[in-house]
Amino acid sequence: MGDVRTGLRIGIDVGGTNTDAVVLDAEGGVAAKAKRPTTADVTGGLRAALDAVLADLENRPGGEGARDRVSRVMLGTTHATNAVLERRNLGRVAVLRLGAPATTSVPPLSDWPADLRAAVSAGEAVVGGGHYVDGREIARPDLDAVRRLLDAAGADAVAVTAVFSPATAEHERAVGELVAAEYGLPVSLSHEIGSLGLLERENATVLNAALHGVAAQVTGALVAALAERGLRARPYLAQNDGTLMTVEQAARLPVSTIGSGPANSLRGAAYLSGVADAIVADVGGTSTDLGVLTGGFPRESAAAVEIGGVLTNFRMPDVLSIALGGGTVVRSAGAGPDSVGYRIASEALVFGGGTPTMTDAAVRAGRVPPGGGGWPRRLAAALAKAAGTDMTDISDTLRAALLAADEAVADAVDRMALGRADRPLVAVGGGAFLLPEDVPGVSGVVRPGHAEVANAVGAAIALASGRVDTILPAGESRSRAIERAKEEAAARAVAAGADPSLVEIVDLLEVPLSYLSEPAVRVHVKAAGPLAR
Amino acid sequence: MRIEESDIPALARGCAVLGTGGGGDVRTGALAAARAVREHGPVPLVGLPDLDDDTLIVPLSGIGAPTVSHEMIHGEDEPRRIAAEVERLFGRPPGAVMSSEIGGSNGVAPVAWAAALGLPLLDADGMGRAFPEVQMVSMYVAGLPADLVVMSDVAGNVVTIRPVDGLWSERLARAVCVASGSSALMADYVLTAASARGAVVEGTVGRALAIGRATAGASDPLEALRQELGAVRLVTGKLTDVERRTTGGFVRGTATIEGTGADRGRTLTLELQNENLVATEDGAPLAMVPDLITVVDTETAAAIQTEGLRYGQRVTVLAWPCDPLWRTGKGLETAGPRAFGYDLEYTPVEELAEARRHG
Repeated sequence: MGDVRTGLRIGIDVGGTNTDAVVLDAEGGVAAKAKRPTTADVTGGLRAALDAVLADLENRPGGEGARDRVSRVMLGTTHATNAVLERRNLGRVAVLRLGAPATTSVPPLSDWPADLRAAVSAGEAVVGGGHYVDGREIARPDLDAVRRLLDAAGADAVAVTAVFSPATAEHERAVGELVAAEYGLPVSLSHEIGSLGLLERENATVLNAALHGVAAQVTGALVAALAERGLRARPYLAQNDGTLMTVEQAARLPVSTIGSGPANSLRGAAYLSGVADAIVADVGGTSTDLGVLTGGFPRESAAAVEIGGVLTNFRMPDVLSIALGGGTVVRSAGAGPDSVGYRIASEALVFGGGTPTMTDAAVRAGRVPPGGGGWPRRLAAALAKAAGTDMTDISDTLRAALLAADEAVADAVDRMALGRADRPLVAVGGGAFLLPEDVPGVSGVVRPGHAEVANAVGAAIALASGRVDTILPAGESRSRAIERAKEEAAARAVAAGADPSLVEIVDLLEVPLSYLSEPAVRVHVKAAGPLAR
Repeated sequence: MRIEESDIPALARGCAVLGTGGGGDVRTGALAAARAVREHGPVPLVGLPDLDDDTLIVPLSGIGAPTVSHEMIHGEDEPRRIAAEVERLFGRPPGAVMSSEIGGSNGVAPVAWAAALGLPLLDADGMGRAFPEVQMVSMYVAGLPADLVVMSDVAGNVVTIRPVDGLWSERLARAVCVASGSSALMADYVLTAASARGAVVEGTVGRALAIGRATAGASDPLEALRQELGAVRLVTGKLTDVERRTTGGFVRGTATIEGTGADRGRTLTLELQNENLVATEDGAPLAMVPDLITVVDTETAAAIQTEGLRYGQRVTVLAWPCDPLWRTGKGLETAGPRAFGYDLEYTPVEELAEARRHG
């Protein structure tokens, strides 16, 4: 464990089963860690994990009063995801699209599940405004129509989406100013949220507007939890791309916190193992998530991302999930997909319970976590006790289940690795010991220390970032325009808290557009850097 | 039969498969179709024999850049303005709408247009698949004169073009489309039922529906799709490289698929030009345009567009025979490999497959 006498930061990750927390010291070493069950209200588990990690910290040599030296707290949380999935605490949103007379063949929220639409929409309108691909106006923004909707809607928040706003945002800004000045409502502008693709960007913008109240709760709960514990640390929230937002940004862009878990676990795995290019397997209680690290960042999914039944154009880590976790139930017909979840500590055979699990299957083969040296003996005793009962064949069943699990892992690794066998597999998560020593298709299996809290470590080390997504001419002015887009992305990263001297362009994607007489490219730029001190 | 709202997901899946990588994303068209059917009622699907000889058929298609149509979606009024202009030109209203291109968004969106106009949809189209240029239609191959184009855009402009031939039709329509913001609705080759006979690819809307239904709920969607199409499975593997470049207004590119499982060790190269045009292995063609080549997700059998091809996808490449019309001399001259700049003698996909089985 690291030195706790210098500047410290805390990372917290709220997962489906557990809420994990770590303290990192100034050198980036893990100084304290804790794991607590995630609670239904999320906030309770968050406070419990924070208390536990602070207790662990201050019980260490030299740890007295160490909480005073915590300068930052980074939180990756499922508050927003749960609100959308459960249709709870969502604000009523006036949905404005600037695009008429274009786009009227598919009105806003056409593809939303009816219950979510009913919970969220305070009224929808497609009004004049927006731009063509070449930057001309489709129509002047129809501000009177905007007022008519807002006067009638009685909304908690407003979502504004203009055609081609990622390239030309002035109409969205004009409406945003009107809403702020005349109605004083929180307003979400689509160009700050998503990229080209009107319906997906609009969907994400409406979700964002609906989450303003949830965002206030999360940031309020985090700030209050820190204050109650005498922490004077600056709080941040983790985003779906593995980078951070300030609480002010999170209050404006709460939808970006959805899906931060996989990104945190991948980045944490890279950090703990020191490997920048790898396949990562995060083995939890119910499932194993596999992802790919490229240059220390998660490989992003090309497929559109669905949140609560709504298609968005978020860029999320490319993750392949298989039903393999420590609590996965083993039967003679096969294993899973059900899991005993957090009840593993009482239900698994090795812990004196009556349900054969994948943990038992692994222990039977001598695979145990650090500190689990006594487990094989306990399992043998449990199996001996079961002899002569209907569980006679249980040993064979466990052997077969582990063999099948190893094959499933090898197949998943192969699918994620795309035939490249020169990278290692980094095994993290509470169930990492389930994985075998030799996995086909990788150069080796790396098991870093503190692997069980890799996701919280990922939150603690997250960078600040900024992105730009726009259409640029493909001609001679292209390289200059790309330089400008890079500068804008870097400026946005600095605005998010990054150290200006350490900001780097971490992603640049160009897609040529067909059918245009003036050749054009769609450019996506992402800049990221460590937080300024 | 009538196309109900519940038919639209299957129709969209089928149109995506027939899009052979191009034709635009079907999702927006499917949403517009579902909404229009909800609003105006189900759309009757009629066969060519059901129509009187002098019934006017309006082949409609959206043209423009896929990325633009994904952002600047069609307005509601474009089909009405085109129908009004056709009535003004011919002195009688249109009696049916037809898809110009069943592959991709232009296969499913005509349901919305027909519903909005209160007209039946003809169970036929002008390609049986997707092609990138407006002269690549069955009406042109059948020798019908390309002497009329009616276009309307989101702003409300209506443009009537009297081109001297199909190449001018393409050239002028594209110029209008660009001026309109790279998206417009277009009717070309306004037909009578009499002139349509032998000049359209019949049964393709029903075919798209059947293709879409074949994979729904199937235990092996890929095999169900392959059987429905009567397709050859060219390779199953991973997409290991996609290279794209824009030339002359088209995205050209090459995708490389490395075989997995039983195909391990094989490498398939796919030449793209909006659509998937030629599949080769070790320099020898396995399938070529105008036969249909579609890349599908190996697990779900959902079609993947050329713009959606990404490193790492797990895909299967299927190929199957085109409509016989495309295998005629004029068909191949219009949309054979040489029309796309490939120095290849057209050989039907089933002959290439047969030769491989014996080779």
